[in-house]
Amino acid sequence: MADVRYTKDHEYVRLEGDVAVVGITDYAQSQLGDVVFVDLPAVGKKVAKGGEAAVVESVKAASEVYAPVSGEIVAVNDALSDAPATVNEDAAGAGWFVKIRMADKGELGALMDQAAYDAYVAGLG
Amino acid sequence: MAETAASLQHTPLHALHLRLGAKMAEFAGYDMPIQYPTGILQEHLHTRAAAGLFDVSHMGQATLVGLDAAAKLERLVPGDLAALAEGRIRYTQFLDANGGILDDLMVTRVSGAAGGVETLFLVVNAGCKTQDFALLAQALPDLKLTILADRALIALQGPAAAEALAKVLPGLTTQPFMSMRDATWRGQTLHVSRSGYTGEDGYEISVPDGLAEAFAEALLALPEVKPVGLGARDSLRLEGGLCLYGHDIDRTTTPVEAGLIWSISRRRRQEGGFPGDERVRLQIAHGPSRKRVGIKPEGKAPAREGTDIHTVGGELIGKITSGGYGPSVGGPVAMGYVEADHAAPDTPVTLMVRGKPLPARVVALPFVPARFYRGS
Repeated sequence: MADVRYTKDHEYVRLEGDVAVVGITDYAQSQLGDVVFVDLPAVGKKVAKGGEAAVVESVKAASEVYAPVSGEIVAVNDALSDAPATVNEDAAGAGWFVKIRMADKGELGALMDQAAYDAYVAGLG
Repeated sequence: MAETAASLQHTPLHALHLRLGAKMAEFAGYDMPIQYPTGILQEHLHTRAAAGLFDVSHMGQATLVGLDAAAKLERLVPGDLAALAEGRIRYTQFLDANGGILDDLMVTRVSGAAGGVETLFLVVNAGCKTQDFALLAQALPDLKLTILADRALIALQGPAAAEALAKVLPGLTTQPFMSMRDATWRGQTLHVSRSGYTGEDGYEISVPDGLAEAFAEALLALPEVKPVGLGARDSLRLEGGLCLYGHDIDRTTTPVEAGLIWSISRRRRQEGGFPGDERVRLQIAHGPSRKRVGIKPEGKAPAREGTDIHTVGGELIGKITSGGYGPSVGGPVAMGYVEADHAAPDTPVTLMVRGKPLPARVVALPFVPARFYRGS
């Protein structure tokens, strides 16, 4: 099973070597509702942990997606441009946003594992 | 500030919304359904394809009764109420002394004519109702204002609205647009208006509180009717080019700037006699310095309320007042105010969204053509 970590803002990080695949969780997409646009950064951009990595827009509002780890954007999910609803249909898989080459894998230690995130979401009622 | 759920008011359909699995949120002091499990996109598209049922019971309903009530109410609004026939509805606005819009409202002449006792039925915005009713009581003390706090308001909108309503409440399919009829259901009186806020054919039905849930459920039992929340109500009215009070119109905008002069008759323009009449008439004669227009972003990114509008050369010329995604348009749609020199349809403009310039065009409203009932 892939190693997946979570933030309190409902971003996930799926590890592929030293590259972090970042998206929003299924809980987050269910709260947002129908996704109609995703504003992705340029490949090569440096992002700091907690900084804006992307913007996801539902019919109702725009929400920021924060970088769970620091590093360089090495890929963005261009398929979301024509099919933003992929975020609703498969948030944890095909609906990923960006891939970040991590500057400091130690930052992962501050993120929640699956059990901790499940408990966190359950606590939100 | 968000209020706690416990302090929020409930409409008579609150329990039904919860049973239907609605996502609830605060709106104008009420705990209201934003969307149902189907989601805003499907609710919006269903309303344009069949019929959507909306709970708008948070809006203010009242009657105003007395000698020459229509002529007296004309002192507060620029709409032509004297010319309103019995059973007909007019859209108008409460104005302040500068012609700024205090609220927009629907006025129906229920009965009576000039020179006698007239009964008017008013529907005003939820967020403004306390202030509107205080204004009416203070400015028109010789008329009897009755706030109908014991009635729900249910909107049924869409191309299948008429055939759907006929299965529950027969005899209203050929009721004219912008008219009101009384109908009896389970022994009680409903006020049925052929009007709405989506650009589609449909009705807004005032129902006694105790009957509201049963009436809504009777409509929802029909396969063509689905519940629709405030989220899709907003995207539908935006595509329809209709103003939302507090966003597209407020005290800083006049009916002329807002493109609502169609709601001011020739007689009222000539005679005046409403708050701010001098400024409104001047703006009609010479044109306002800014105008409300449709804005169509050329790309896929929505431009939200508050987005700055620039000329292609970079000069600031206005602001977006409502913007988002239009499900029937299949892309971003917006409206806002621009300086009058830049208000012609097809004028290219630049929107600044998150620091990035996005190309857009001024377009004529609405984005989706209105399909009101105009007779068979």
